[in-house]
Amino acid sequence: MSPVATVKTLKIDGRDVSGRQEETILDVARQNGIFIPRLCEMDGLSDVGACRLCLVEIKGQNKLLPACVTVVEEGMEVTTGSERLNNYRRMILELLFTERNHVCSVCVSNGHCEMQMLAQRLGITHVHFPYRYPKEEVDASHERFVIDHNRCILCTRCLRVCDEIEGAHTWDIMGRGIDAKVITDLNESWGTSETCTSCGKCVQVCPTGALFEKGRSVAEMMKRRQFLPYLTMMREENE
Amino acid sequence: MSKKKIATVWLDGCSGCHMSFLDMDERLLALAGAADLVYSPLVDAKEFPPDVDVTLVEGAVSSEEDLRKINMIRERTKILVSLGDCAVTANVPGMRNPFGTKAVYDRAYRENVTFDPGVPDQVVPALLPTSRPVHEFVKVDIYIPGCPPSADNIYYAVTELLEGRTPDLTLKTRFGS
Amino acid sequence: MTPEELDQIAEDERAEQGKYTERVNVCVAAGCLSCQSQSVKDALDQEVGSRGTKDRCQVKGVGCMGLCSEGPLVSTSNGILYKKVEAADSPAVLDSLAGEPVARLVCPTDVPFFQRQKKIVLENSGVIDPERIEDYIAANGYTALIKALTEMSQREVIDEVTKSGLRGRGGAGYPTGLKWSTVSKSVGAQKYVICNADEGDPGAFMDRSVLESDPHRVLEGMLIAGYAVGASEAYIYVRAEYPLAIKRLRNAIRQAERVGLLGSNICGTRFSFRVDLRLGAGAFVCGEETALIASVEGKRGTPRPRPPYPAMEGLFGKPTLINNVETYANIAPIIRNGGEWYAQVGTEKSKGTKVFALAGRVENTGLVEVPMGISLREMVFEIGGGIPEGRKFKAVQTGGPSGGCLPTDCLDMPVDYESLARAGSIMGSGGMIVMDESSCMVDVAKYFMDFCMTESCGKCIPCRVGTFQMRRILEAIGNMTATEQDLKLLEELCELLKHTSLCGLGQSAPNPVLSTLRSFAEEYRAHIQEHKCPAGVCGQPAGETL
Repeated sequence: MSPVATVKTLKIDGRDVSGRQEETILDVARQNGIFIPRLCEMDGLSDVGACRLCLVEIKGQNKLLPACVTVVEEGMEVTTGSERLNNYRRMILELLFTERNHVCSVCVSNGHCEMQMLAQRLGITHVHFPYRYPKEEVDASHERFVIDHNRCILCTRCLRVCDEIEGAHTWDIMGRGIDAKVITDLNESWGTSETCTSCGKCVQVCPTGALFEKGRSVAEMMKRRQFLPYLTMMREENE
Repeated sequence: MSKKKIATVWLDGCSGCHMSFLDMDERLLALAGAADLVYSPLVDAKEFPPDVDVTLVEGAVSSEEDLRKINMIRERTKILVSLGDCAVTANVPGMRNPFGTKAVYDRAYRENVTFDPGVPDQVVPALLPTSRPVHEFVKVDIYIPGCPPSADNIYYAVTELLEGRTPDLTLKTRFGS
Repeated sequence: MTPEELDQIAEDERAEQGKYTERVNVCVAAGCLSCQSQSVKDALDQEVGSRGTKDRCQVKGVGCMGLCSEGPLVSTSNGILYKKVEAADSPAVLDSLAGEPVARLVCPTDVPFFQRQKKIVLENSGVIDPERIEDYIAANGYTALIKALTEMSQREVIDEVTKSGLRGRGGAGYPTGLKWSTVSKSVGAQKYVICNADEGDPGAFMDRSVLESDPHRVLEGMLIAGYAVGASEAYIYVRAEYPLAIKRLRNAIRQAERVGLLGSNICGTRFSFRVDLRLGAGAFVCGEETALIASVEGKRGTPRPRPPYPAMEGLFGKPTLINNVETYANIAPIIRNGGEWYAQVGTEKSKGTKVFALAGRVENTGLVEVPMGISLREMVFEIGGGIPEGRKFKAVQTGGPSGGCLPTDCLDMPVDYESLARAGSIMGSGGMIVMDESSCMVDVAKYFMDFCMTESCGKCIPCRVGTFQMRRILEAIGNMTATEQDLKLLEELCELLKHTSLCGLGQSAPNPVLSTLRSFAEEYRAHIQEHKCPAGVCGQPAGETL
């Protein structure tokens, strides 16, 4: 890292804030305790801008931009929580709820689920689009972990942590559109995967109950994320 | 001024929401002072009265009987409340949806039955193809998610409605709470 | 290859062709090939052989002549165009070279379909043999490249393209000169040029036809682009569903390498350029530039957020120029004749010509190249020859699944980027589907939404789930089971997708719905309120009980 970092000053929700030139709006917002919803982004993993929940308004720009990949610029004026943005966010989350079978009451992550919490925070009391009710698989072939596709939201955190942090690239994605799903190896059962190191990082970064440890019952699956910033920090120091 | 009329209905659910309703304990007495419970699994009325102020609906709409009921209730109710996750999201009853009704009938009436297995064609109402939230069939005015919603939340919602206010439950409860 | 050598090839080829006093050109592009033009060509060859006139009569396979609906098309050296020619007609066609035309086969060319066209991109289509570089060179091919390399600086080439006013022909209409300039200014020793030949709009076959009819023109455009922006490596991303285009491109690349127009130190300059093909595996979204780049890199073809734009960080993270087939096909004539010459054609903001694939309920279907600014009425009723069977015109669909349906009151609108956008559609890559009163606009919207849903990559939530929900609602409207509430949801979803989707596919997926909702609201109303499909296309309500 260069010894002299250029600092940009900007306004987020009317507050004067500053960030280094390579930092994103989401980074700077987080440092300043400004909440921006997101489900695919995770500190320590690469950003994909896929969930579209962190879209923000920037003064002078017609387009909404994802805070997770938009770097700060001098004089930027960012709005993170307008009625319009929150309306879009509610719709996007509602669409997620309709996509697969998210039954909070019987989920291992009930009470610890990022999607469930976000729905509450955004004031969703019901889903006004019809549910899809697809038939999804549960793969419990791994000796310690389970993937329940009913609860997967395709955030791809598992792919990224497996590829970028663990270096195994066991997870990937197959199919397109509404039929896309995460797979282990070449769509083989997880238990027989030759690349999986059983490190469990994918389980810990999963925002919902799609990935969980065996033996956990309803509401018992608490994810432990401390390793990620620690590993990232150690790597940066080594570089 | 005449007392307000409230009703509760039990569609496809586990009755947990009604248990939670009873958990209001001594507050039920206060409620009874403000309104009459004119129809409910908890009272003895056989007919749903024509002019109810507030109806709490527990459960998803899963059968033809549920559908008939909810349409009738909607017509006779000023404020319809979806009470609990089954009414709001279809929740556990909706978990059969990916598999279809035949799988449900087979498991319930054929596979696990030793004496005279077969689907009854009387008394038990036919299932709808999927079990769905109430608001996909009729207009719902207030949603109280939760499995079940706490007695506090039910009390809060009902008293607000009886006072003519719109309860805001967004930060008090959520799916699955 | 030196300029002199190129001249020599051209001269030799012209001399060779000059030996023939009679010529028969048979279209061997995909449209005519699919109605057996190869057997027509074989029969003509055989007939010439048996008549012993091989030394004076040439039978040549050429590219698309445009009027695909009348194929196989054959043109002769005495200026006659024949339609629907069969193998058995070959003696008659050959007889006519020195006599009266075969009346029953004559396709009149003094009609608007031919007269109203202006050919720049397609100037060689139907004239030269797409499988012989010599024929392209004899038609002034590669002279623009030589001119750029030997007489012009990189800056001058870009200025000429800027002056021409050329805009991206892939759909968005971004100014080509500006894009080139950005890539040329991007810092980096390694830069790439990519040709987007992943044409995927339903009903569109412009790029396919250009590649099949005149592949060298595209290579020449890419070479000039490579020189201008400072790139030495290029990829053509072409969909695997175009086997003939792939074959001819491969052949063209091999020929250009053989004569030294591709490779190291082209024309003795320091400019080196290699072109390679990458085949798309059938994903529509790979036409989106960042998805295309991911696919060329060997990754799953999904878009990523921009910025950074490919001009800064593209293929393998290097500055990358990515243009569409037709854009590159415009470059050689611009360099040859100058940007000002090109800018004379078209409107103030949309210069030059545009190739359209005219399809649907119209008399003449096929490929046409028209000056920008022509009215839709001229397109449909003059060039297209009007609606068959006396039916009434209803709408023109442009821009494929990202575009919209333009109703009768848009007929006098000029065809240019801005006007089409104002009317709720887009120029798109050039698909133009004409619809008459027998088409149901709800059904059309459903068709395109189905397409978008199937082709969504699944990366972002609004597009992945939103297109599914929209398709479901349109299906319900088609089944007469939808309510006013559903229509409201549909409108909500249109807005959501437009503003929150990650890439152009999702952002523009609502366009077919929005444009039909705007111009044909009464058709939606008829389905929802009266349970009727005015065009009689949509089905009856499904059974109530199960």
